[in-house]
Amino acid sequence: MPPSLQSPLAFATRYAGLFRVQMRMATLAAMQYRVDFVVRGLIAVLWSALTLIPLVVVFGVRRQVAGWSFEEALVVVGWFTLLRAVLEGAVSPSLTAVVEHVRKGTLDFVLLKPADAQFLVSTAKFEPWRIVDAVAAVVVFCYAFTKMGHWPSIAQVATGLVFLALAVVILYSIWILVVSAAFWVVKVDNLSYLFGSLFDVGRWPIDVLRGVWRGTLMMVFTFVFPVALMTTYPALALLGRLDAKTAALALGGGVLFAVIARRVWRRALAMYTSASS
Amino acid sequence: MNTAADAAPRRPGAAVELARVLRAFPTLLRIGVAEVVAYRAEFLVWILTTNMPLVMLALWHAVAADGPVGRFDQTQFTAYYLGVLAVRLATSNWMAWQMSMEIRDGTLSTKLLRPIHPLYGFAADHLSAIPMRILVVSPIVVALFVTSWDRLARHDPSLVLVLGASLVGAWLLVFFSMVLLGSIAFYVDSAMGPFELWIGVHAIFSGYLIPLEVLPGWARAAADVLPFRFMLAFPVETLVGLLSPGDAARQLAAQWLYVALTGWLALRVWRAGVRRYAAFGG
Repeated sequence: MPPSLQSPLAFATRYAGLFRVQMRMATLAAMQYRVDFVVRGLIAVLWSALTLIPLVVVFGVRRQVAGWSFEEALVVVGWFTLLRAVLEGAVSPSLTAVVEHVRKGTLDFVLLKPADAQFLVSTAKFEPWRIVDAVAAVVVFCYAFTKMGHWPSIAQVATGLVFLALAVVILYSIWILVVSAAFWVVKVDNLSYLFGSLFDVGRWPIDVLRGVWRGTLMMVFTFVFPVALMTTYPALALLGRLDAKTAALALGGGVLFAVIARRVWRRALAMYTSASS
Repeated sequence: MNTAADAAPRRPGAAVELARVLRAFPTLLRIGVAEVVAYRAEFLVWILTTNMPLVMLALWHAVAADGPVGRFDQTQFTAYYLGVLAVRLATSNWMAWQMSMEIRDGTLSTKLLRPIHPLYGFAADHLSAIPMRILVVSPIVVALFVTSWDRLARHDPSLVLVLGASLVGAWLLVFFSMVLLGSIAFYVDSAMGPFELWIGVHAIFSGYLIPLEVLPGWARAAADVLPFRFMLAFPVETLVGLLSPGDAARQLAAQWLYVALTGWLALRVWRAGVRRYAAFGG
């Protein structure tokens, strides 16, 4: 039965059930490799520690860079680490699989199932060991706020969480756009590396780019490839430095992004011709 | 069990093998160039992933706006990071990634059957990307010339020679390290974990993210001993005139020592790895 004929509640229940099943399958699959889990978790922690070195060096030289103190910049790093955990743990594994499906023509099997294809492919695979990164992010937050000596208020945390949701939506939408490209150009696995390298910019407060080409680069990373929305703005929200108007605009932008991504995905899907035919 | 190594013919003498390689190499290079040209869009995307030095440059510019950091003022940072970008793009390769894939899916078998050592084949693959790389690097080099012509190591012919040798050394050092890393895939299911870690360590201790001079003491001490600086920081520092001729010559000797050591180790590990290698269906 097409979704439009069901009541919204039944629709939601059905997809929640599906989500649970998909999650369980992915976790079972990942739990087969327990040694891998530990090793990769350890490597992730080491990696996060290594990526802190540039920050420590830069703030060892100056107390403030582009209007950010060390502790404040750490909050940005915290968001970055958390989002990378989401990206590498929940978003990119499934979507990389889609590219393979398109290349081999096995997307047929997904399309034949009586559920939304985008939902099915997006929840197909998880890498649970990335949870280690999320824990590291929380540690970074705690350290930063302890050093600052004041903790964010409930309202600021709530805004931060809304921005986290927004960031995940944007992240996911951009990925859907990248994957949609697979329907046209087939080989996009290196686009994911490009995506990763651009996402790395989010490690720093966006203000450090203010001086480049009179802020053009900053505009690009705020509006076109909105890394700033994902790490700097949530950090500003937690620090209580974000005004309501900017927040509202940012949220609107995020929703727009998701809508565009969904439409492009539908377009791309209409283009799909199985590999065997 | 019939492994691919058992099936290989007896090793010919070194002179015969060298003659064979020399005859095959031009063709291998031609094929490589054709491949790079065929996948040029992909190649460009790979190149674009090397954008971190530009972000770091923007960052250090903001830092150095109110006074230099050690020997580095804004112009010096510009020269340094453009140099990093140029040297990195000219010398980097993704051998470990390719080897890990080919060992896992069995594509390596076809290479083992060829009458020349697979490492020559890999080397040809990556050498033939160099013309395209130079094409991409040239605008960066022009930018470097325009912004910091006075600082570059062009006054001293000996430094220019050292620079040339250091670039060759850096290429070889990266290549052999990649073979070493890729060979891990003979022993474990995927070399990607160690590879990721290597990227992280390399980024810090090679001068890719931060000029080594600016690092805190303990990190600088580690960077002095580790081989990573010879893959990137050493040629870059020579290029932008941060090294005196004496220092440069000493570092060149150390670099080539590392090249010899890594090359020897890579060949040993590779040989042991190929013995273990049981090909999957190719």
